[in-house]
Amino acid sequence: MSNLRDLYQEVILDHNKNPRNYGVLEPHTHAADGHNPLCGDQLHVQLNLSQAGTIEAIQFTGDGCAISKASASIMTDSLQGLTIAEAQELMAQFQTLVTDMSKEPDPKLGKLAVLAGVREYPMRVKCATLPWHTFHAAIQGDVEVSTE
Amino acid sequence: MSVMANNVAHRIRDDFPILGKPMNGHRLAFLDSAASAQKPQVVIDAERECYESYYANIHRGVYSLSQQSTQAYEAVRGVVKRFINAPDEREIVFVRGATEAINLVAQSFVRPKLGPGDEVLITGMEHHANIVPWQMVTEATGAKLVVVPVNDDGTLDVAAYRERLNERTRFVSFVHVSNTLGTVNPAEEMIALAKAKSIPVLLDGAQSAPHMPVDIQALGADFYCFSGHKTYGPSGVGVLWGRLELLEAMPPYQGGGDMIRTVSFEKTEYAEPPQRFEAGTPNIAGVIGMGAGLEYLEGVGMAAVAAHEQTLLSYATEQLKALPGLKIIGTAPQKTGVISFVMEDAHPHDIGTILDMDGVAVRTGHHCTQPLMARFGVPATARASFGVYTVGDDIDALVSGLKRVRKMFA
Repeated sequence: MSNLRDLYQEVILDHNKNPRNYGVLEPHTHAADGHNPLCGDQLHVQLNLSQAGTIEAIQFTGDGCAISKASASIMTDSLQGLTIAEAQELMAQFQTLVTDMSKEPDPKLGKLAVLAGVREYPMRVKCATLPWHTFHAAIQGDVEVSTE
Repeated sequence: MSVMANNVAHRIRDDFPILGKPMNGHRLAFLDSAASAQKPQVVIDAERECYESYYANIHRGVYSLSQQSTQAYEAVRGVVKRFINAPDEREIVFVRGATEAINLVAQSFVRPKLGPGDEVLITGMEHHANIVPWQMVTEATGAKLVVVPVNDDGTLDVAAYRERLNERTRFVSFVHVSNTLGTVNPAEEMIALAKAKSIPVLLDGAQSAPHMPVDIQALGADFYCFSGHKTYGPSGVGVLWGRLELLEAMPPYQGGGDMIRTVSFEKTEYAEPPQRFEAGTPNIAGVIGMGAGLEYLEGVGMAAVAAHEQTLLSYATEQLKALPGLKIIGTAPQKTGVISFVMEDAHPHDIGTILDMDGVAVRTGHHCTQPLMARFGVPATARASFGVYTVGDDIDALVSGLKRVRKMFA
């Protein structure tokens, strides 16, 4: 088992304590609620998508563990200004980051790479991916998503 | 800490091979016995012995192995009878666990009695296993599920219970001990109140059987159940006890082999209880292992088990209360060795992962009691729970781990 510091890095602890883009976004064009039944995490993501399909603003609220909160905070930071296609590519890279130990983090991930430590903790992967599933549900037009 | 209690538990620890194994480079402090208990060597040996020396299917072969397996399996009914002070071995039904026991009673005993407007009464501190089966039968019959509220300290609102027992109440089912709060409900009093109105009662003993002496005749319930894996036996086996006259009047829960007297394509006659409720080949070695677990507990003595866990509970409660920012959920005066808690700034899931790195195993989440979590306004808690092998060192490891958590998230 790796060092605990690999999971709870300073950046993660900081995003947990001072989450970015935290708050309800009104008005918004897309929104979804994410739910992790295993730990009771609840997450709400709202965003504004331009006519051209660019994420103009994205925010979140919710109650969850440090990993899910930090992941939502860093995700919303990373998604601002991206097109849907770019966002989906980033989501795929993130999924690989937190599940595939054989690969080095893609440089495009930027500070999302701090969440790589979670792949050593299979029970916690869902905490890190919940914000992404919720974002994905929002752009798909789903209202609710669950990690189960 | 009582030095004597600690010495006995230290000796007991040697009976559990897993407790000697390091966890993430630390001494294992296993504090999740309420979810499932670890197994003593005698249980492991009993199951292995069955497979190595005398295993065969039961109740059918005339050859020696089958007879020996049948005898060992059936002998466990006697062990259970003694363990819970049941009047008759025929009242002991082997099931997969407490969950199956409750479903069996819900489907076979309660569902045929329910009609529109009837009520089934449960409490706000039930485990999902004592909620969902009742939702299933009440929804199917147009009956209503009524819930007794829980007080702020985690005790049950007994006055509300009394009020909600009425002429429409067809059945009462409640936990003897809450798996989340540790609250010991006043079962004898509650059962007497229901019986005074001729309402039958199921007492869910999943968290009482492993932790205190249980005398089901003194308690006065009509049904009682527990799971083998929480009484230091294997998972996948458990016990339903029911009054013989009730079991005799109940239709089978599942159909199959081993539960019949005669079968023709026109008509099948069912066997008498308990066989009527044990369709198919059961978990033979599992039942035998469960018997070994119960005999192990008898050897320690249930009064000694309860006293030991009370000593630990007082010690741990005192230690945890002294930690700043920690709040205990469930502070009833009568509790077993279960402490649920939340911490400022640290989510239970993070607490669980960080403690694990110190070799401390606690449960985190909603403990299959989501309505109770909602009642206390928390999404989840961390929970430390004790067993016969828990010692002061385990509590001390928990406390030092929690100090680390606090430092990390401060």
